[in-house]
Amino acid sequence: MSGVPAAAVAIANGSVALGGRPVLRGIDLSVAPGEFVALMGANGSGKSTLVRALVGLRPLVGGEVRLFDTPLDQYDDWQRIGYVPQRATAGSGIPASVWEVVAAGRLTRRRLLRPLSRADRAAIADALEVVGLGDRRREAVGNLSGGQQQRVLIARALAGAPELFFLDEPTAGVDLPNQQVLADTLAQLKGRGATVVLVAHELGPLAPLVDRAVVLRDGRVVYDGAALQDHEVHQPWLAEPHTHHHHHGDHHDDRRGADHVPQIASPVDRPRGEH
Amino acid sequence: MSPVELFSQPFMQRALIAALLTGLAAPAIGTFLVQRRLALMGDGIGHVAVTGVALGLVTGASPMWTAVLVAVLGSVLIEIIRERGQTNGDVALALLFYGGLAGGTFLSGIGGQSAASLNRYLFGSLTTLSPSDVLVTMVLAIAVVGLCLGLAPQLFAVAQDQEFARVAGLRVRVYNVLVAVLAAVSVTVAMRTVGLLLVSALMVVPVATSQQLTRSFRATLVAAMALGALASVGGLVTATFASYQVNVLTGPTIVLLALTCYVVAWPIGIWTRHRARLREPFASGQAAPAHEACGDHPHAHGPGCGHLAVPHDDHVDYVHDGHRHAVHGGHYDEH
Repeated sequence: MSGVPAAAVAIANGSVALGGRPVLRGIDLSVAPGEFVALMGANGSGKSTLVRALVGLRPLVGGEVRLFDTPLDQYDDWQRIGYVPQRATAGSGIPASVWEVVAAGRLTRRRLLRPLSRADRAAIADALEVVGLGDRRREAVGNLSGGQQQRVLIARALAGAPELFFLDEPTAGVDLPNQQVLADTLAQLKGRGATVVLVAHELGPLAPLVDRAVVLRDGRVVYDGAALQDHEVHQPWLAEPHTHHHHHGDHHDDRRGADHVPQIASPVDRPRGEH
Repeated sequence: MSPVELFSQPFMQRALIAALLTGLAAPAIGTFLVQRRLALMGDGIGHVAVTGVALGLVTGASPMWTAVLVAVLGSVLIEIIRERGQTNGDVALALLFYGGLAGGTFLSGIGGQSAASLNRYLFGSLTTLSPSDVLVTMVLAIAVVGLCLGLAPQLFAVAQDQEFARVAGLRVRVYNVLVAVLAAVSVTVAMRTVGLLLVSALMVVPVATSQQLTRSFRATLVAAMALGALASVGGLVTATFASYQVNVLTGPTIVLLALTCYVVAWPIGIWTRHRARLREPFASGQAAPAHEACGDHPHAHGPGCGHLAVPHDDHVDYVHDGHRHAVHGGHYDEH
């Protein structure tokens, strides 16, 4: 608690390898409280892997991540972190209502075996209002459109009232009206002083919110500075010229190996990429 | 013996209590298994538990407790294989299942046990429960139901989105193992009711039935428990009455009754999902297609006209034989 505020999240010389292949190499990045940072780059540049490493879902092979100036492996104050993963394509086997999914975001603040408090219910209702889904809280999530499902995931992160948000491709496959709602929601968060780290292939309506852009290419930071326009990110000097606008064939499941290698393993083998 | 006399017998009352509690406990944990797409895990644990039962029969220990022990060990092993193996986990599970079944029958053969004593556990025999069996069943079933309901928010979050749960600070591995252990306990609780070979049916079929009709997780869980209790008590009563005429086994009757519920719920589920799709409003801001007037329309749409009304931006569409009519001046447009 010194006079100078510590970085909300910082990674120093961070490296991540999947199946022995380096995906991130020597990343240095520090995000100050209140900043709105966009991680950009072509598909396969490592931007999603970086966010997953920052929240501890991908182990580092080198370097260190610090959340609020605490090393990641000692960090336990998860109520300050809000994580919005990429929208899962396959729903679970059992229907879940919008309210139930958003209520899961409150678990960072709930004790075991206690019923929901009044504050919990108010936070859940508030989060649903912010993303504009208050009137659909009883519906099954599976019945919503992709953009609405994305808003549900953001509301789930909001419900825990965190200070630091990580969003992984919140606009991928989302139609323009829904992107606008997302942008309005994020503008509200920014207004409240939240720190936002966002992975985006293209910013679209989010562009005016971004304070700082970080562009990755082949697992390295190639640009870190003022916000960029979408077309600038895909300039040849930042990325290969042929990698833009490939949203649909874009598979983010980085556990998958190369396409041409047959997958043969004995039943108890670890999947590739784990250690 | 008249039905009233029969149901006042102590053995029959013990059977009713056991049926009710297993009917509540099995679908409670089954809901979480189905949510994690592990519907057949109960079946696998059931096969492994056969070895436990045989071990008890051969050594003279209580088959119930040896079954609990071996089933818990087996379920934790299955969970470890599932977590590490992922892609080829199903093969490893198959190895474990058949090993359990073969090991159980092999052991009971060595021990000189008759097929009938093992059969009691393979297909269930509610009416031969001793008072201590019922006590164990009650304690274990209440523990399973209590943990499933008490930890439902955590278990739901872990099963629904494992990575989010991890970032929310939940100890995902602990909850995964807990689900496996609870599944093993409820398998052994249910083995005297429906039998080890049919135990998975009581965990999965009521869940599959209730999810036809529900839109939320909590409603699915509660409805599955109600349906499970209905099927197992109803199956016991049905089998008791039927056995005045023919030889009817309780376990299969319970399972068939649960399946009948599913067969009834399935078309209703299809119909409600179809209706939900019709009712789905257009995405807001999406323009209606080009002006397309429909031909002569003898029927005037309005409130209570019998056609489903769907709000569409500033007006109302009426669903008419699978397409939508909107009032436009003196005629109807196709929307």
